[in-house]
This record gives sequence, structure tokens and C-alpha cells, in this order.
Amino acid sequence: MRRPHRSRVKGATTMKRILLAASLMLAGSLALAENQLGGIRPVTPLDEESEARQIPNVVNSDVRQVRNYPDQPPVIPHKIDNYQLDLNANKCLTCHSRTAVEVSQAPMISVTHFMDREGQTLASVSPRRYFCTQCHVVQHDVEPVVVNGFVDVDRVLDFMRGKKEGGQ
Amino acid sequence: MLNFLKRLWFIIRQPATHYSLGFLTMGGFIMGIIFWGGFNTALEVTNTEAFCTSCHEMRDNVYQELKPTIHYTNRSGVRATCPDCHVPHDWTDKIARKMQASKEVWGKIFGTINTREKFLEKRLELAQHEWARLEANDSLECRNCHSAESMDVTRQSKRAAEAHERFLFTGERTCINCHKGIAHHLPDMSQQAFVEPLTPTTGQIARGPVRLAEIEAYLQSARP
Repeated sequence: MRRPHRSRVKGATTMKRILLAASLMLAGSLALAENQLGGIRPVTPLDEESEARQIPNVVNSDVRQVRNYPDQPPVIPHKIDNYQLDLNANKCLTCHSRTAVEVSQAPMISVTHFMDREGQTLASVSPRRYFCTQCHVVQHDVEPVVVNGFVDVDRVLDFMRGKKEGGQ
Repeated sequence: MLNFLKRLWFIIRQPATHYSLGFLTMGGFIMGIIFWGGFNTALEVTNTEAFCTSCHEMRDNVYQELKPTIHYTNRSGVRATCPDCHVPHDWTDKIARKMQASKEVWGKIFGTINTREKFLEKRLELAQHEWARLEANDSLECRNCHSAESMDVTRQSKRAAEAHERFLFTGERTCINCHKGIAHHLPDMSQQAFVEPLTPTTGQIARGPVRLAEIEAYLQSARP
């Protein structure tokens, strides 16, 4: 009496599971088709070879860019192709070192770059600040692949002030 | 000695007794072609990249460094080979450089830079020779292709245009002053300046501990 009943229930749950799995897969594939998992991830299936994207141009305007927050390392507004930056030579300092700025009229590296980790100012660039491209990077002329929700602190302050004035 | 020269002069002045005039002139002409042609061909052969890179000293060090630079690979496919920059194009200067190159043959035979380590140790000196040569001839080998007259600064980046207007067109600096290390890696530049500051700084960077008295003495001497 019990046995057939049990097996009937079991059969029903299996059926339900299959249906659930199928609907999930369908929903998943729909979401995939809708989203295309864009951004930096390539859309081509793994077993196919995608077409190489065009290498974007480096911004070479020589116009200094705004910093998004005070201690942001400034971005490099020019090309740095084949700039040698190793133990032997630092091409960046050809123009940006303290003694070179008179000739180059380039911005001098910040005074913080002369400080060691204890805050002692040294006579020349501190070794921990020597490799410029650890923090400073060039920009490419492209649309951002991921939407950036960053809000400048000044805008936050404006918002706060507006709220205060509105409240009073 | 004088007698020997006299005898030689006497022989030369004698008319040929066995050979015809035609044989002598035609023979001289043909031998001239062979010798001059051979000399010129040898000169041309030694003036190719294939010849330079047939030695591992060049092939494994400087040639590999040249490859990713714009003088080897670029959008238009025009490129410079070793002799374009390192051998003068004018005949007299070329022969002078070729004679200097006998030092390089010596170096090759005795293995002056036959290992990577030896090369790295010597590369500052070697680079300085080239910089000195290019500074002395106003960067002639650069200017064989890059002419200041044909340089359109409006097509350059702002930075490059300003630098060329300030230093190149005024003749204040020559190409190599700023464009060091564009085709090969730079040696240890810690004792070197890429571009000399307009107001020259005196003194070398002190290595190792320096006594306070020494510094004081130096400051005294530096005072006007």
C-alpha cells in the first residue's frame, strides 16, 4: 500500500526537479543573451577564435588631467612608448626631475617622492618612488567598459550644503 | 736605400720590352676594375646589417634591443639598419670610420665583449664613444634621414614641437643630446646626464660615506 504511494511521490519530485532545472537553464540563457556578459570579457565562445580588437590610441594631448581626489597619482597625458625605466636609466626623470624642469618645462615630481618611509626628505628620488609607472599611467582614448559610479568629493560637499540650506 | 730607389725609378722609366702597349693598357684597365670593384664590394658587404649581426656580440645584445624600437618596426615599414646610424655615408668619413673599425676587429679577435657580462661592463664606455661622435658631427647620421627643414612641427605633439623649436631649430642642442637610448638600451646612467642642465651643476655624486670635514671643505671651495 505504502510502496506505490511512495514511488509516485518520488516520481513527482523528479519531474519537478527536471522542470526546475530546465526553466533555470532557459532563464540563464535568456539573461546571457540579454547581457552578453559585455565589458572586458570577450563574447566569443571558448572554442572559437575571436577577432583581435584594435589597439586604442594613447591620449597624447599634453593637457594635464584633473585629479579625482587630492592624493590621486596624476595620469600621464602623453605617450611613453619604449621609455626605459629600469635600474640603469629612468626616462621619465629626463624631463620631470628637479634639475631638468628648467629645460623641459615639465611638472617636477612631487616632494613626497624624495621622502623615505619615515618621512625623511632625501637628496634625490627615494628608491620606493623610482618606478613611475607603478602609480602613474597613460590613458587610452576609449569608452569605459564598466560604468563608473565615482562621485567627486566636491559634488558630495555641494550636495551636503544644499541639504543643509534646504533643511534650514 | 737611396740606391735601391734610384734603381726602382730607373726600371719604371724603362719602356716595356716584351709586352705590347695594348696588353699593358687593357691589363691595367681590367686589373683596375677587379681591384677597385673588389674593394668597393668588400666595403659594401661589411656595411650591411647581416654582416654586423653575423657576430654574436652584436646579434645577441644590441640587435635584439633594436628590434622593438621604431627604427626597426613601425607603421610604414621604413627602417634603419646598423650602418645607417653607425657609419658615415660620405666616402672620406666612411673610410676613416672603417679604419677605426680595425679596433673592433681587434676586440673581436681578443674577445673584449664576448660574454654578456663583459658587454654590460663595457657598454657605458662604448655608448659614450657613439654619443661623443654624434655630438661632434652635429648628429649627422640622424640628419641623413631626419631633416630639420622638412620637420612639420604642426604634425608633432605639442611637447615635441616646443622642444624642437626651442632647441633644435635654434641649434642650441643636437639630436643626440635628448634622443639617447632610442635604438638600444641605456647603460647605467646614474653618473650621466641625458640632457645637461642649462646651469651646470658642479661636482660628482659622492659614493659611500663622506666625512663632514670633506663636505665643509667642498662648500668652502665652491663659494664664489
